[in-house]
Amino acid sequence: MKCLRVRYSKLGKIRFVGHRDVARIWERALRKAEIPVLYSQGFSPHPRLSFGLALPTGFESEAEYVDIYLDDDFFDIDFKETLVNQKLNDSLPDGMNTVAVGVVETSEDSLQEAVDSCIWKVKVSGSSTEEFEVSREKLMSSDTYEIQRERKGKIFIEDIRSQVHSIAIEEKNAVDFNIITELGTKPRVLRPTDLLRAMNPEIKTKNILRKEQLILQGNTRFEPLSFQKLDPAAPAEVMA
Amino acid sequence: MSSLWAELEQFLDEIEKPARYIGGEDGMVKPEHSPDKTSWLLIYPDTYEIGLPNQGLQILYEILNERDDSLAERSYAPWVDMSREMRNRGIPLFSLDTHHSAEAFDILAFNLSAELVYTNLLECLDLANVPFYSSDRNADDPLVIAGGHCTYNPEPFADFIDIAVLGDGEEVVGEISEIFTEWKRKNDPKKSRLQLLEEMAGLPGVYVPSLYEANFSSGRLLSISPKEESSAPNIVEKRTITDLSDWPYPKNQLVPLTEVVHDRLNVEIFRGCTRGCRFCQAGMITRPVRERPQEQVLTMVEEGLKRTGYDEVSLTSLSSADFSDIESVITEVMTQDACSPVSLSLPSLRVDAFTVNTAAQMQQARRTGLTFAPEAGTWRLRNVINKLISDDDLLAAVESAYSQGWRRVKLYFLVGLPTETDEDTLGIVSLAEKTLEIGRKYHKNPSVTVSVGGFVPKPDTPFQWFGQNTEEELLRKIYLLRDAAKKIKGLKLKWHDSRATVVEGILSRGDRRLAPVIEKVWKEGGVFQEWSEHFDISIWKNAMKSENLRIEDFAYRHREEDEFLPWDHLSAGLHKDFLWQDWRDALNNQGLEDCRWTPCYDCGACTGYGIEHVVASAVPPAGGSQGTGVTSEQKEIRVSIENKTSFKDLQSSGVKK
Repeated sequence: MKCLRVRYSKLGKIRFVGHRDVARIWERALRKAEIPVLYSQGFSPHPRLSFGLALPTGFESEAEYVDIYLDDDFFDIDFKETLVNQKLNDSLPDGMNTVAVGVVETSEDSLQEAVDSCIWKVKVSGSSTEEFEVSREKLMSSDTYEIQRERKGKIFIEDIRSQVHSIAIEEKNAVDFNIITELGTKPRVLRPTDLLRAMNPEIKTKNILRKEQLILQGNTRFEPLSFQKLDPAAPAEVMA
Repeated sequence: MSSLWAELEQFLDEIEKPARYIGGEDGMVKPEHSPDKTSWLLIYPDTYEIGLPNQGLQILYEILNERDDSLAERSYAPWVDMSREMRNRGIPLFSLDTHHSAEAFDILAFNLSAELVYTNLLECLDLANVPFYSSDRNADDPLVIAGGHCTYNPEPFADFIDIAVLGDGEEVVGEISEIFTEWKRKNDPKKSRLQLLEEMAGLPGVYVPSLYEANFSSGRLLSISPKEESSAPNIVEKRTITDLSDWPYPKNQLVPLTEVVHDRLNVEIFRGCTRGCRFCQAGMITRPVRERPQEQVLTMVEEGLKRTGYDEVSLTSLSSADFSDIESVITEVMTQDACSPVSLSLPSLRVDAFTVNTAAQMQQARRTGLTFAPEAGTWRLRNVINKLISDDDLLAAVESAYSQGWRRVKLYFLVGLPTETDEDTLGIVSLAEKTLEIGRKYHKNPSVTVSVGGFVPKPDTPFQWFGQNTEEELLRKIYLLRDAAKKIKGLKLKWHDSRATVVEGILSRGDRRLAPVIEKVWKEGGVFQEWSEHFDISIWKNAMKSENLRIEDFAYRHREEDEFLPWDHLSAGLHKDFLWQDWRDALNNQGLEDCRWTPCYDCGACTGYGIEHVVASAVPPAGGSQGTGVTSEQKEIRVSIENKTSFKDLQSSGVKK
């Protein structure tokens, strides 16, 4: 069985809409676009959609994903990539746009299981770039790095060093600077805000943007759409 | 005036449910402000989730934005964490559509549909930096308007508003816009705010409280009449649109980005109700019945589903199963060509087996619970309140529900009704018990939830003279029910806070003396009083005491026949002598059959406005008259007061006398 995988963005005011509401927005968008989603069985049938890693409310993203379960006939007969892309894009609200669509086998890992890391862009203030470089150096040169995280109302101390793949200043402005960081999602998603707060409690973060979700295989990182495209042509490498 | 969004987005991620404040709904417009247009900020003074689905507000939003001389945006009461942060940062109340400050608008128009939101009216005015009392406002301040069912007695908040609008708003918002736009264009400093208000008071349906004087003597209201120098009318009549098909609104129902109540397509199928339930203000004040043509209903459903992507549609009215030929509407909707299953719901289900069968047909895709509202525990008391459902009707409906797969049934009742005895109150539990017995025939563990509300007498109903049960008496009845319900397995009892019922009662039939009370409660932090976590009766009691007002005078006291009521200068079309006669009939345990298929009782709603019920069929709807199965010897039908030509038509359409 196959399903339709869509990459979409969530930018601007709509970033304040939570994950569950985004699911509802998708259900309506699919009906508007007249895409015949399969429904679950039972007393209260629901459209079969599967979302990737939840994006915290208030964060923006250029790389959200949803898998849409459809009858095989849809792909054999009706599926035209550009048309489906266009119809979906027209049905989504302002701030949510499709980036690309593709077809994947449903036997693959679910999006949530498959994704290993995310690339984030964050605007940082409250720290000089020099101060930031010092704490960055300390982080990257150590073997362990323990931070406090809250989970279900309890505080946990966790070593997250292995989840920090990279972190660097990308752009300096007058009062703030942007950083780019790649953070692992396993065993649990490491949020850039949690990491930055641990590095320097004075830091203030703004404009948090998820730029990519990536699947790791060996040393290669794949974008979820290119990784699982049915076309067996060599998958494009997104980042070294 | 520029958008406040840049300031808002700085802190929205620290606020609970930030999606309440972003706008961006499908169907939203971003109107261009201009000096040639009257700008309305339509405010629902409760949370976004409660306010967004309000159809009245959405209808006016579209009509005002379609006009050349007006525009409209929306606002809802910010939750307490948001208002705290707004005050800290000096951010005023704002619109959701363009995030403009409330100060950028000519008119702040409030939808008031429940008494407990009155303090939120003040909260919104305060956040908008508008003086509370109309007498303190000048030409630079916006005009404050109220609409919605509460304006049938606007006296408790009369000092806070410039204008109250009674009845349907579709036409009158345009007329108000015309006058206001002209006033703005001339910008004549000599033509004062008072002159503007005088001109507004000339519009039918418009009440300008400041042009009227309320006369009191030894703690009793004697009269409310126009001030000597004013040309405002002695009696303000409500507005009624005669043909619903002229107003197929909302055409672009707003589809919220976050979950709200009634999150589905809503299509209004008729206004008004002729059932004549004596406790029901909505049924009385929205007469006569005006049906939307079936063809238009179907088009609105079809286009609405396509545009919004909803998979659920509700056909709204006060008693939707009564719509002429409702069965064929349901069939049409259920069989339409859609790529996903559609659910249909009819709010205010009638209590009969027919309706349940229909519900089973409608909810093939997704089954929601079934709620029936017998309202009272015994047949005698149901005659008093004119909800003519026999025990057999209810039990047949329940049987039909359990046998078709529903395992849970909800029953809704009122306590504190006129003439109620403990036998009537306990009748609620025995009905629930019988319901469960039937349930056990079909399920191992059936359940029934009984919700009990406290009765609040409302203006423009036959019960407007009735002295409400005291807080203690309501509580005693609830405990009576609680104790009786304890022994019954599968029965879950829920009740409305009787303290909130008291406050509703004070405000429902109150007068202008209550303005300082509402202000004091607001000052003490009494906002969002409909929310149990914020409701506090002690603030209200203290405020009443400090104004030397007694709760019994407003809520618990029986009114006298010749007493001037605070809404006697306003008219919903109903003759006061009709209401009084209906009140006497109620006290004699006498029901009154639906006037749609019996002769006219001359309540005044049709004759007064020269219109009649607009219905495709005047015969009793499918499922039987009232769905009651009541035999004629069980009740007497009152003879009508006045002959009317339309009788013949009604009688010839097969109505049994």
